[in-house]
Amino acid sequence: MKIHEYQGKELLAKYNVPVPRGILVNDKSEAAGAARKIGGNVVVVKAQIHAGGRGKGGGVKLARGAEDAERIAGEILGMTLVTPQTGAEGRRVKKVLIEEGMVIVKELYMSVLIDRQTSQIMIMASEAGGMEIEEVAAKSPEKIIKEYVDPVIGVKPFMARKIAFALNLEGEVFKQAVPFITNLYECFRREDCSMVEINPLVATNDGRLLALDAKIAIDDNALYRQKKSFEYRDLDEEDPMEVEASKFKLNYIKMDGNIGCMVNGAGLAMATMDIIKHSGGEPANFLDVGGGANEEMIENAFRILLSDPHVKAVLINIFGGILRCDILASGVVAAARKLHVSVPVVVRMEGTNMEEGHNILNESGLNFIVANGMKDAARKVVKAIQ
Amino acid sequence: MSILVDENTRLLVQGITGREGMFHTEQAVKYGTKVVAGVTPGKGGQSVMNIPVFNTVKDAAKKTKANATMIFVPPAFAPDAILEAADAGIELIVCITEGIPICDMVEVYRYLKNPGTKMIGPNCPGVISPGKCKIGIMPGHIHKKGSVGIISRSGTLTYETVSQLTALGIGQSTCVGIGGDPIIGMRFIDVLELFQKDRGTKAICMIGEIGGSAEEEAAHYIKKHVTKPVIGFIAGQTAPPGRRMGHAGAIISGGQGAAGDKMAVMKKCGIKVCKSPADLGQTVAKNL
Repeated sequence: MKIHEYQGKELLAKYNVPVPRGILVNDKSEAAGAARKIGGNVVVVKAQIHAGGRGKGGGVKLARGAEDAERIAGEILGMTLVTPQTGAEGRRVKKVLIEEGMVIVKELYMSVLIDRQTSQIMIMASEAGGMEIEEVAAKSPEKIIKEYVDPVIGVKPFMARKIAFALNLEGEVFKQAVPFITNLYECFRREDCSMVEINPLVATNDGRLLALDAKIAIDDNALYRQKKSFEYRDLDEEDPMEVEASKFKLNYIKMDGNIGCMVNGAGLAMATMDIIKHSGGEPANFLDVGGGANEEMIENAFRILLSDPHVKAVLINIFGGILRCDILASGVVAAARKLHVSVPVVVRMEGTNMEEGHNILNESGLNFIVANGMKDAARKVVKAIQ
Repeated sequence: MSILVDENTRLLVQGITGREGMFHTEQAVKYGTKVVAGVTPGKGGQSVMNIPVFNTVKDAAKKTKANATMIFVPPAFAPDAILEAADAGIELIVCITEGIPICDMVEVYRYLKNPGTKMIGPNCPGVISPGKCKIGIMPGHIHKKGSVGIISRSGTLTYETVSQLTALGIGQSTCVGIGGDPIIGMRFIDVLELFQKDRGTKAICMIGEIGGSAEEEAAHYIKKHVTKPVIGFIAGQTAPPGRRMGHAGAIISGGQGAAGDKMAVMKKCGIKVCKSPADLGQTVAKNL
């Protein structure tokens, strides 16, 4: 689960990771007061959306004084911010963070993440701050420092010193870097993060080390014990259909095509999208209904699939296994009837009592096309929309 | 022959008294798996389908000589269950549970390194050696005893592959669902090593998906160490970057984990890569 920058900084502050002074503003009328409270000649107004690249889209601006802050907050609040990560439709900005301005003498990069290769938590740092780390990794991988954390000991000062020396930090900033790094790890671990990225991490002319930006994601699997972080969830940042699907424990991801898919199991669901594409069609979505596909599940899945107006046909691919096909077919028929499904529905199911299942579909009088195997199913659904 | 599990496997089930645990224990027994014990803390002394239930894994292992465990414990308690099994010296842990927090898995992974316990999963369908032993949630009846080894990050896509093979009359030595999480116990390479050594396995089918770089690592390993034909597929060729496709580990991020890249490396390393999941069975048949 992604969270906003201002929420991320709240979490960091909880672990004594220094962040700039800042105030969250929902309305431009609050901006001037916030700027005055923060003080200084310059403040920064930052759009709060989940996508990165905000600066490039005009969502991060400097303001000189309180009036200027109000004017700029007025411009950014309510705008549809398009960044390289939002897609063409962009995101509406509902909140801005107003932060102190500062004179930056060094821009660094630091992140804590899960390294899948070693199955360890890894701290990644670089002197090339402010750039995207993928770009640094591609162009000059030698500039990236990696430290792997043994969970038995966590991040100890010696490790933090290793990183700080490798970053060529000195004096007061070096001294601050050690607790900065150990606290950053504590935050990651205690808050069940799946990623903490500080880019840039800055050293200022008055000798401070600050997390100027904070991109944090919380592990979805740990939300049951991170009740406070769960409140950070911003439904406006998610696709409404995906939110609706998640209420029914369905895993739905919208795509651009016109063939709706309903599949049990994530791997098979991806493979179904792939075979639709290979057969000349375009999948409208990824939808995993989970292991046991009952009537209620199928009904909810149908409803969500069909609320996408682009869907011209549906492919149901259920590998039942232990599930009985006759029961599954009855569920599909009942759900389709209840929802008055009018688009062609190609059904491929595998499991016990397959014949009976096919008979139930064929005799229902509804627009079902029975398929044998994945290839046949993909061909039939592509043909159905032509 | 087969790998990991066979007629000598003595299975215990952690979480045997739960709904899922009970159902799949029954399925395993019906398939012929020797289920010797169950463990549910506080329910020791009871029995489920005539299988004795113990309070601790240590007790169960001592009294029944169980050498493998199947874990059906909710995600909040599953890491503890895994650690308990490892501590008790169980050789093979199969963890079906989906949804374990990743920081917990980091710790579990670290602990498992010490005693050298083998773990399959979490978030996996389990492992089956057709005709001998079934540990997990896969439908037993679609399998057929034979000589193709299967390794997969997916559940139902593995069943799909198995059923294509069985329909062509091709049996399987062992099918291992290694799981869809970013941190798992045995990976492709660990299972490949066993299949290469197993005399009963003549060909290997490897089913990967987007996310991480385990398939690439496996491909390089295959080029160096595996002489048997390997047939591969990667799910998620149409998946958009940055989105988690159902499995916690199925995400293209930071320019890594795309299906196209994996397929290219696999091809380069001599793996027969199928573009379509429907061609897996036929491709295996051609390479046997």
